[in-house]
Amino acid sequence: MLHTSLILITPLILFIVLGLFGKYLSPKAAGWLGTAGLLLITCLAYITAYHYFFEVGKVDGVYQKMELFSFSWLHLGEWLVVNLGFMLDPIAAMMLVVITTVSLMVHIYSSSYMKGEVGFQRYYALLSLFTFSMLGLVVANNIFQMYIFWELVGVSSYSLIGFYYTKPAAVTASKKAFIVTRFADLGFLIGILILSYYTRTFDFISLTDPKGALISNPASATFMGASVFTWAMALIFMGGAGKSAMLPLHIWLPDAMEGPTPVSALIHAATMVVAGVYLVARLFPVYYFVTPEVLTGIAYIGAATSLFAAIVACTQTDIKRVLAFSTISQIAYMLVALGVSKYEGHDGLGYMASMFHLFTHAFFKALLFLGAGAVIHAVHSNEMKDMGSLRKYMPVTHITFLIACLAIAGIPPFSGFFSKDEIMVAALHSNVAVFVCQYIVAGLTAFYMFRLYYNIFWSKDAHYHHTPHEAPAAMSFPLIFLAALTVAVGFIPFSTFTTADGAAFAGHIDWSVAAPSIAVALVGIGIATLMYKSESGKADKVASRFGKFYNWAVHKFYFDELYLFITKNLIFKYISTPVAWFDRNVVDGFMNFQATLTYTVSNGIKELQSGNIQRYVWVFAMGALTTLALVLFVL
Amino acid sequence: MDVPVEYYLIVSAFMFFAGMYGFITRRNMLTILISLELMLNAVDINFVVINRFLYPDQLEGFFFTLFGLGVTAAETAVAIAIIINIYRNLKSIEVKNLRGMRY
Repeated sequence: MLHTSLILITPLILFIVLGLFGKYLSPKAAGWLGTAGLLLITCLAYITAYHYFFEVGKVDGVYQKMELFSFSWLHLGEWLVVNLGFMLDPIAAMMLVVITTVSLMVHIYSSSYMKGEVGFQRYYALLSLFTFSMLGLVVANNIFQMYIFWELVGVSSYSLIGFYYTKPAAVTASKKAFIVTRFADLGFLIGILILSYYTRTFDFISLTDPKGALISNPASATFMGASVFTWAMALIFMGGAGKSAMLPLHIWLPDAMEGPTPVSALIHAATMVVAGVYLVARLFPVYYFVTPEVLTGIAYIGAATSLFAAIVACTQTDIKRVLAFSTISQIAYMLVALGVSKYEGHDGLGYMASMFHLFTHAFFKALLFLGAGAVIHAVHSNEMKDMGSLRKYMPVTHITFLIACLAIAGIPPFSGFFSKDEIMVAALHSNVAVFVCQYIVAGLTAFYMFRLYYNIFWSKDAHYHHTPHEAPAAMSFPLIFLAALTVAVGFIPFSTFTTADGAAFAGHIDWSVAAPSIAVALVGIGIATLMYKSESGKADKVASRFGKFYNWAVHKFYFDELYLFITKNLIFKYISTPVAWFDRNVVDGFMNFQATLTYTVSNGIKELQSGNIQRYVWVFAMGALTTLALVLFVL
Repeated sequence: MDVPVEYYLIVSAFMFFAGMYGFITRRNMLTILISLELMLNAVDINFVVINRFLYPDQLEGFFFTLFGLGVTAAETAVAIAIIINIYRNLKSIEVKNLRGMRY
């Protein structure tokens, strides 16, 4: 109880201490303080997760939702009570492990990567804030608390993307990320309000109980032809889609790469962007039992997004952007898995696969980003054209990056293979169209990851101003650690831990699905090897073969331009401008008129106050006499 | 021999309006102060006379007059102190120089 609450309290204290007093500490001390605090949290999170999974969590073979503590924070009415609490269930315990591990690695890595940056202490303070908010999000025991921490992770993401606030691109990117996710969160908030209005509760345990009031007997109100719950759950998913960068709200994530690379690894690859997946998983019984149509929609959005992002990733040249699109694509995978999942026992495979993929993806994607950070650190550029043959200079980065690439491509025995295979099986069992789409994406993933890999580590001999050097120990240790995890975590029998209904089922690898997906991954790798292993004109030739389609993909299918067109040419021009005119002329005009009127009148009569007492007396005396005369002779 | 009450009232009314005239027309602050005293004394006379004619066996009016005189004396002291201060600042006690109380 005490040690679990410390998981939340420690990063908050670290944030306050580093934020307020960071400038009195030397950067080194601040880094050590932040890392030491996070080490403590990581240990506590491991203990808590162990305790939950192996000692107290299971009752009659089913993992229970355990509320460790909960106090009422806002008491606004009979049922409008907002609690703050700490709830553990398999996915929350799993997320505690993911967040603290990746965050610890990023803390260690940053001590070297960010060395000498202005605002080093601020960086660590913000990392602590992010860790605090993300942990608060996953252990939330009610949807409102989740929303609060949801916004807090948004804020910390905003301030970390804009960490280099003297760089205009970073400032624009941070604003874009904040506004897009905020817009999505508006849907989330409305969804929460609708849902809680009809269910009279925010509490996850009562919302997601399959025998509870919501699922067994949902209210039958409808709005515009759809049940209110369809609206509510779709709007809640809108919030999740914004955070998880699903089509068409994905536009902020590639730009978010303006932030420091470790931040991209922590926030924009491993933890925050999977919050949307986590949200859907958290409310999965509601989606599945009450609004299956929304769940199907999620599967289709996920499938479309994964295909879209994978295609775009094949054409980008900024290595962090390739990784960003790959992140979008992989998160979409997780949502597809949730979308095709069912609830009971082995039918809940998709749910388990989604969480499994979330878990493995967090490690190998963090590893990819940290590896990319090491490369950027060495060559001082994000562009592929400035890299090449780095395997000779950076063996550790090379090997770990290769492991991560193999994992994301789905090659056994690396972790990505196991989780992706489960997703494929789940998709095949419920929706063949989605399965085919995911199958293609698997091939594309292998292709673009190895395109990236070859362009960085093989390809041409780039000319470097100074010889690139291997990353220092503080940076290579996280790489090695995460690489080890990437190899190891695939063997965790996830189906005994995180399942939709909490009961374990026997998971196994379905080779009839796994073999073709390994084959397609190998084909993707093979094509990438042919095209990019050594410098040749083949890539350009293939690109020109695709012609217009290639151009579209390079420009990310013009989504940014579309948004700019909608906002600038439609919304600003036809809505904002008239509204601004109305505000300036009618609203302000009325106020200005009142002010002018008062001013003119008082200016006219101010001469009465002459400061000449004798005149006052004269007026007073005459008035008194007049009144007297009136009283005496008229009335 | 009884002097009719109107005679007293005529005198006090004359004093009062003479004071008011002086208050309004004079430009020297001391003269204004004197005019003010004249008005106050006219009022005091009225108190005494009306008390004498309406309630001869009571003394409220007389006492009121006595208090009034005391207040007047105090007020005069304060007024003269103010006038002296004004003189120190402006080297003049002409009211036309006092324009600080305007809008």
